[in-house]
Amino acid sequence: MTPALSLEDITKRFPGVLANDRVNLTVAEGEIHAICGENGAGKSTLMNVLYGMLPADEGRIVVRGDEVHFRSPRDALAAGIGMVHQHFMLADNLTVLENIILGAEPTGRAGRIDFARARRRVAELSDAYGLDVHLDEPVENLGVGERQRVEIIKVLYRGARILILDEPTSVLVPHEVEELFRNMRDMCARGETIVFIDHKLDEVLEIADTITVLRAGRTVATVKPEEVSPRDLAELMVGSELPTPEARTTAAQDAVALEVKDLSVLDDDERAVVKGISLEVRRGEIVGMAGVEGNGQVEFVEALLGIRAPAGGQVLLEGSEINEWTVRQRREAGVGYIPEDRHRRGLLLPAPLWENAMCGHQSKEPYSRHGFWLTPKAARQRTRELIAAFDVRTPGPDVAAHALSGGNQQKLIIGREMVMTPNLLIAAHPTRGIDVGAQAAVWETLHRAREQGLAVLLVSADLDELIGLSDRLLVVFRGRISAALDPATVTPRELGAHMTGAAADVEEPQPA
Amino acid sequence: MTARAAYRLPAHRRLTLALAAPVAALILSLAVASIALVLSGSNPFPAYGRMFSYGFELETLVDMVNRATPLYLSAVAVAIGFRMNLFNIGVEGQYILASIIAAQVAAELSLPAPLHLTVIILVGMATGSMWALIAGVLKVTRGIHEVISTIMLNAISISLVVAMLFRQWDVPDESLNQETAEIPPSGRMPNLNGFVELFTREISKGRVLWGFVIVAIIIGILYWLYVARTRPGYDLRASGINPLAAEASGVSPKRTVIVAMALSGAVGGLVGLPEVLGRDYAYGLQFTQNLGFAGIAVALLGQNHPGGIAIGALVFGFLDSAAPILDVHGDAPQEIVEIMKGIIIFAAVITYVVVQRRRQDEEARAASLAMASSEADPPAEGATDAAAPDSRPAP
Ligand SMILES: Nc1ncnc2c1ncn2[C@@H]1O[C@H](COP(=O)(O)OP(=O)(O)OP(=O)(O)O)[C@@H](O)[C@H]1O
Ligand SMILES: [Mg+2]
Repeated sequence: MTPALSLEDITKRFPGVLANDRVNLTVAEGEIHAICGENGAGKSTLMNVLYGMLPADEGRIVVRGDEVHFRSPRDALAAGIGMVHQHFMLADNLTVLENIILGAEPTGRAGRIDFARARRRVAELSDAYGLDVHLDEPVENLGVGERQRVEIIKVLYRGARILILDEPTSVLVPHEVEELFRNMRDMCARGETIVFIDHKLDEVLEIADTITVLRAGRTVATVKPEEVSPRDLAELMVGSELPTPEARTTAAQDAVALEVKDLSVLDDDERAVVKGISLEVRRGEIVGMAGVEGNGQVEFVEALLGIRAPAGGQVLLEGSEINEWTVRQRREAGVGYIPEDRHRRGLLLPAPLWENAMCGHQSKEPYSRHGFWLTPKAARQRTRELIAAFDVRTPGPDVAAHALSGGNQQKLIIGREMVMTPNLLIAAHPTRGIDVGAQAAVWETLHRAREQGLAVLLVSADLDELIGLSDRLLVVFRGRISAALDPATVTPRELGAHMTGAAADVEEPQPA
Repeated sequence: MTARAAYRLPAHRRLTLALAAPVAALILSLAVASIALVLSGSNPFPAYGRMFSYGFELETLVDMVNRATPLYLSAVAVAIGFRMNLFNIGVEGQYILASIIAAQVAAELSLPAPLHLTVIILVGMATGSMWALIAGVLKVTRGIHEVISTIMLNAISISLVVAMLFRQWDVPDESLNQETAEIPPSGRMPNLNGFVELFTREISKGRVLWGFVIVAIIIGILYWLYVARTRPGYDLRASGINPLAAEASGVSPKRTVIVAMALSGAVGGLVGLPEVLGRDYAYGLQFTQNLGFAGIAVALLGQNHPGGIAIGALVFGFLDSAAPILDVHGDAPQEIVEIMKGIIIFAAVITYVVVQRRRQDEEARAASLAMASSEADPPAEGATDAAAPDSRPAP
């Protein structure tokens, strides 16, 4: 049988970086094909080449036996190839429906957009594949999970038969991942072929029919999930053995770094989304706040940072109330922040790395003097240091942030917070999109900083991250803390059940 | 890692690339204007020749700088807003109002010369700033878009000026020369003829080089310092690039809007003063309008960069000052320069993109050289030897 797709000897150079070096990839009809590899290995680049976003310097692309030459995604779509990017590309101010049909609007008489027809078609698709979306909601109000479903429908709507998903699971919570996998299997059953990128090896082993591993721009192996263990896979990716996570020790001190008392917060529509949360984070302690997205975590974090005024309650930093403090006062007092979405709240994409490294610390040394005069030289130097310390794969501090691979952007953000030795780190999904090797390094860094007295509030939905990193676990559900768990004894299953509320009704809310 | 950021291109290369866009835009506009001239039955070459030789006479150059000065100030005012995606259309109203109020205060005060001038300039800046702040406050408290509010404020300020002119001086309506009272000599900006003549011949035809160009230069330097070298300037740029990330970094969006509008208005308040303090010594009917709108074009042309804006302002000043010669000799209608200005802006926007891409390429190539030659342990085995084939400079 002719393969659905084969890429032969694809080479793609970015001036300064060889992103793909004679990569070969063959994808059989109707299969789920996973692509794995370190951050910066060239996975997204390869997919962008396949999708016609980037021209390959060398190599051939063959779709169902015919060689193709895509000059734009439009050509790729015409050949039935659609892609959902690592960083979503939706127009924030348009509704879900408008986004889905954008550029492929069905027109009625006199060239007007036939919204009724569009709506029917989109509803059909979303039913058929079980992809739940609110068609009339502006995209800016959506959480990541729903944004992703919108992106998938958008691609299906354009008639794609081969679907490329770049790190689809990195933004999802466990039950959403299950749902996505169900969707993926359904799609394959209906004849779609799926190529997807993923850093979570157990997920890859669960869903993929075939796995291709890239390292430093080259194909290093193509394997079947039955043949390998997660460890084998990790070693194929990284090219060396993974560090073993150190034993759990406790470093919690008595001093309380962050105390939240009965905090309530409203969202933009004035709905109460945080309903009286109380918690404490001690110095030297990592408190995991586990929860499915949309249970008030975003607003809670915004209130802690001072972006959103609380509707009630108190926030105390090192014992003093900071409700009235501005964001800058809090950040100057040593509050570090890793946003859940690096592109939205984290980076100045067109700006050079050194200007990104100082973002959030611009009023502090070494980035500025007296909080007024910038010191670009020192800032570049500091950026160079953090690039080295956090293994950000890039030529140097003057490169624009958008030229980094997704995982390397994330490492830059972690690095910029950690080099400033914060007292309190509010970290939302800190290792999202980071490869297994780098993830181990980040955990290691956080553990070491914790021993030095760093307090971390880890807001996440990633079970491994929550259980692996936290000293204590709190589950947030519908704006309240619904359970307190011990990460040493809790199983991922139990935690997942708590997060989805399946276990919540039996437990009494027990604030920390 | 001892190699100091080698992938930053050398200064001369960066300058060449920076100049490439405006120069290309200029050439393109000449070409299009030529076609227009040929189509309208004129021969472009004598017209350009005359514009060129007349344009580079000392007196015309003086005129060019005089015209460029207010354009520069206006464009800087607009650019401050642009840097954070604020569209201050209101420079027009800000400078007209600021000019009449400054002129009036200047006429009524009697102070020693340097102080008198300083006060006038500060009054102009304060007025412009206040007027712009109205739009800023409306945006922050009521969410009114600054384009709407500044357009309204323009209309209001022009009406205010008319009302002030007529009521204050109580002249009969038919009279054509309503003016504020004359500014005493202590409040006039000294001209720079003496200084220029140190290096050149005497400036004839009664032309004077307005001293206000010095103020414009100082404003340009301050603008550059602010944007590139200060933390508030960084905050402003960050908000322009990604408001949400800027907010999380400690930049208050509301505060930044207020500060940007206040600064933009303060610079906008200066736009009319070169004329008032250097030529008319009063605010009257000969006062030049539409400089606020012209500033938007110049800011665009200069890509909000202080140096780029200076080039843009000088080019526009040159076209304006050299154009009248076309009519005198009947070579071509002088309106042809309006076509040229339009094309320049249009072409500049396109060439900037091309040049920027080129610069990124060159930087990346330089980066690959730096990586290939650095002995430091390679970040990724593939990346470094991969860089080698690419690192050979293109022929
Ligand atoms: N637009 C660009 N300009 C310059 N270099 C780029 C550009 N895009 C990607 N690169 C470089 O190409 C390499 C491969 O990047 P790519 O995005 O394909 O990595 P990836 O495997 O998807 O990594 P991740 O897991 O972090 O998303 C990286 O070194 C990256 O810095
Ligand atoms: Mg990627």
